[in-house]
Amino acid sequence: MASEGDRRADPEVASRRSRLLSGFRLEAEGAKGVAIALLSTAVFIAVVIVAVTQSAGWPEVKRTFFDWGDISSSFPDIARAFKLNVEIFLVCEVFILIFALILAVLRSLPGPVFFPLRALATIYSDLARGVPTILVVAVLGYGAPALQLTGVPRSRVFWAGVGLILIYSGYVAEVYRAGIESVHPSQEAAARSLGLSRFQAMRRVILPQAIRRVIPPLLNDFIGLQKDTALVGTLGVIEAFNQSQIDTNATFTYGAYLAAAALFVAITIPLARLTDWLIARDRRRRQAGALA
Amino acid sequence: MFLAAGALVLALLALAAAGCGSTKKSSAGSTTTGSSNCAKGDLNLVTPGTLTIGTDNPAFPPWYGGTPHKPWQVSDPRSGEGYESAVAYAVAKQLGFAKSDVKWTHVPFSNSFAPGPKSFDFDINQISFTPARAKQVSFSDSYYDVNQSVVVNKGTPIASVSSVAGLKPYSLGAQLGTTSYQFIKDKIKPSKQPSVFPSNAGAVQALKNKQIDGLVVDLPTAFYVTAVQVPNSKVLGQFPAEPGGEHFGMVFAKGNSLVHCVNGALTKLRNGGTLQQLQQKWLAKATGAPTLK
Repeated sequence: MASEGDRRADPEVASRRSRLLSGFRLEAEGAKGVAIALLSTAVFIAVVIVAVTQSAGWPEVKRTFFDWGDISSSFPDIARAFKLNVEIFLVCEVFILIFALILAVLRSLPGPVFFPLRALATIYSDLARGVPTILVVAVLGYGAPALQLTGVPRSRVFWAGVGLILIYSGYVAEVYRAGIESVHPSQEAAARSLGLSRFQAMRRVILPQAIRRVIPPLLNDFIGLQKDTALVGTLGVIEAFNQSQIDTNATFTYGAYLAAAALFVAITIPLARLTDWLIARDRRRRQAGALA
Repeated sequence: MFLAAGALVLALLALAAAGCGSTKKSSAGSTTTGSSNCAKGDLNLVTPGTLTIGTDNPAFPPWYGGTPHKPWQVSDPRSGEGYESAVAYAVAKQLGFAKSDVKWTHVPFSNSFAPGPKSFDFDINQISFTPARAKQVSFSDSYYDVNQSVVVNKGTPIASVSSVAGLKPYSLGAQLGTTSYQFIKDKIKPSKQPSVFPSNAGAVQALKNKQIDGLVVDLPTAFYVTAVQVPNSKVLGQFPAEPGGEHFGMVFAKGNSLVHCVNGALTKLRNGGTLQQLQQKWLAKATGAPTLK
C-alpha cells in the first residue's frame, strides 16, 4: 500500500487534507508539525485547566456555572425558544440580501444625476452602521406600536426583525459594494460595447462576478446576524437568551447560559467552517485560473 | 528556535492566567456560621463600621420613597421613606447603626446573586425566597409576605375576567427575575407564550402599547403601576395565596453570619409590631384588590 510519503505526494489526498485543515492553517506542516501542534495544545490546555481550577473562586464558579443537572434541565426550554432565533434569522436574512443589494447598486450609480440617490444610500449606510443595534430594536419595538396607528403591527418580533434588517442592510450593502468595485471597469466597458444597457451590464455582467466574490464576507455577516437575534429578547419576547435569563434568575445559577451558548455555537461554528472552506476554494480556483 | 519561542509564549500566558486566578482570596467564603455574636463590632461587614445595603436603581415606590437625588432615580433609598427603605433602617437601628452609618449601593438584580465577593452586606430589592435560589445565596426571614396580582388596561376584554382560569387565552407578561413568570407558567398556564421583560420600563411600555394584555406583578407594585405608570389601567385582582405563601427576603452572600443578626432584628421588629406599622404606613393601598378565584 501507499507509504506516508506516497500519500502526501498524492495531490488529491493532499488537497482533501488541506481543505479539512484549512481553518487551522496546518496544511504545510506535515506529520511532525501536527504532532508538535497537538503536544503544544495539550500542554496549553493542561496549564489553563490547572490555573483555573486552582483559583480561589473556582469552587463557587464550578457550583454556579458547571452544574450538569442545571445545564441539562434548562436545555429543553431553551432549545424550544431557540427555534424563534432561527426563524428570525432565516426571514431577516432574505430581506437583508435584497434590501442591501438595492442600496449597493444605488451607491454604485455613476454620474452627477444620481448624486442624491448615492448620497442617501451613503448616509443610510453610515447611520445603520453607526447606531447600536440594541437601540434600534428597543426604539422600534416599543416606539412604533406606541404610535397606535391602524395597520401598524404591534408584534415585537416583527419590529425587532425590522430593526435587524435595517442595521444589517447597512453592513451587507458595504460588502456588496466592495464586490461591485472589485470588478474591473473593463468588464462594464466590454458589456456596454456589446450593446447591453447600463442596467443589463450591472445585472448580467458585474453583479454575478461581484456577488460570487463576496459570498465569504456575506456569510460572516450571517453569523453576526444569527447571534444578534438574541436582541429580540430585550423586548420581552422569549427566545433562547431570554429563556436562559429566566432560568438563571430562577435558580441563581448560570448553567442555562452555557446551554444557550451551546445552541448558538452549534449553528455558528458550522457556518464559520463553511465560510473558511469557501474562501479556500475560491483562492484555489483563482490561482488555478491565473495559471491557465 | 521558533518552537522554543512558542513554548515560552504559552508558558507566559499560562503564568499570567494563574496569577490572575490566585491573587484574590474570597472574603465571602470565609465566614463563621455557628457563633452568632451580633455586637456591632463583631459583624461580618464589607466595610467595618458601615452597613452597606444594596438595591436596584431606579428604586420604585412604594418600596422606596422620597425625592430622587443623584445617583438615585424615581425615589431615594436614603430617605427612609417607602417600605423597604424603612425596614432597612429599622433593621440597621436594631443592629446598632445610626442612620449616618448606613450606606446604599446600586445593585442590579442580576448582580445580587453573581458569584464572587459581594459589594453589599445585604440586598433588599423585592427578591422572593425560593429553595433553588437559597442554594446559591443566603436569605433573611420574610420581611414581607407577598401576593401576585395582574394589571390590565381598562376597557379591554381581559378587564372583565374574574377567575384565574379566565386569564388563559390572554397574552401575559412579567418582569425578568420575578417569580411572576413562574406563576404564569405553572398556575395560569396561558395558551399564548408569555413575555418576560428585562426591566420595569419595558414591561410597563408593553402594557401601555397593548402588546401584552396583562402584566403580572406583586400587589404593591401593581398599585404603583396603575397609579403612576400606566394611565387607564387597573388591578384586575390578586391571586389566591399559595400554601406556605411567597415572601421577600434580604439577600446575603452564601453563609454570611450577618444573616442571623438580621433575622434576630426582624424577629424583634415583627413581634414588636413595627413591621406591621410600616406595612400600614407604606403599603396600605395594597390590600383592597379582589381575589381571583
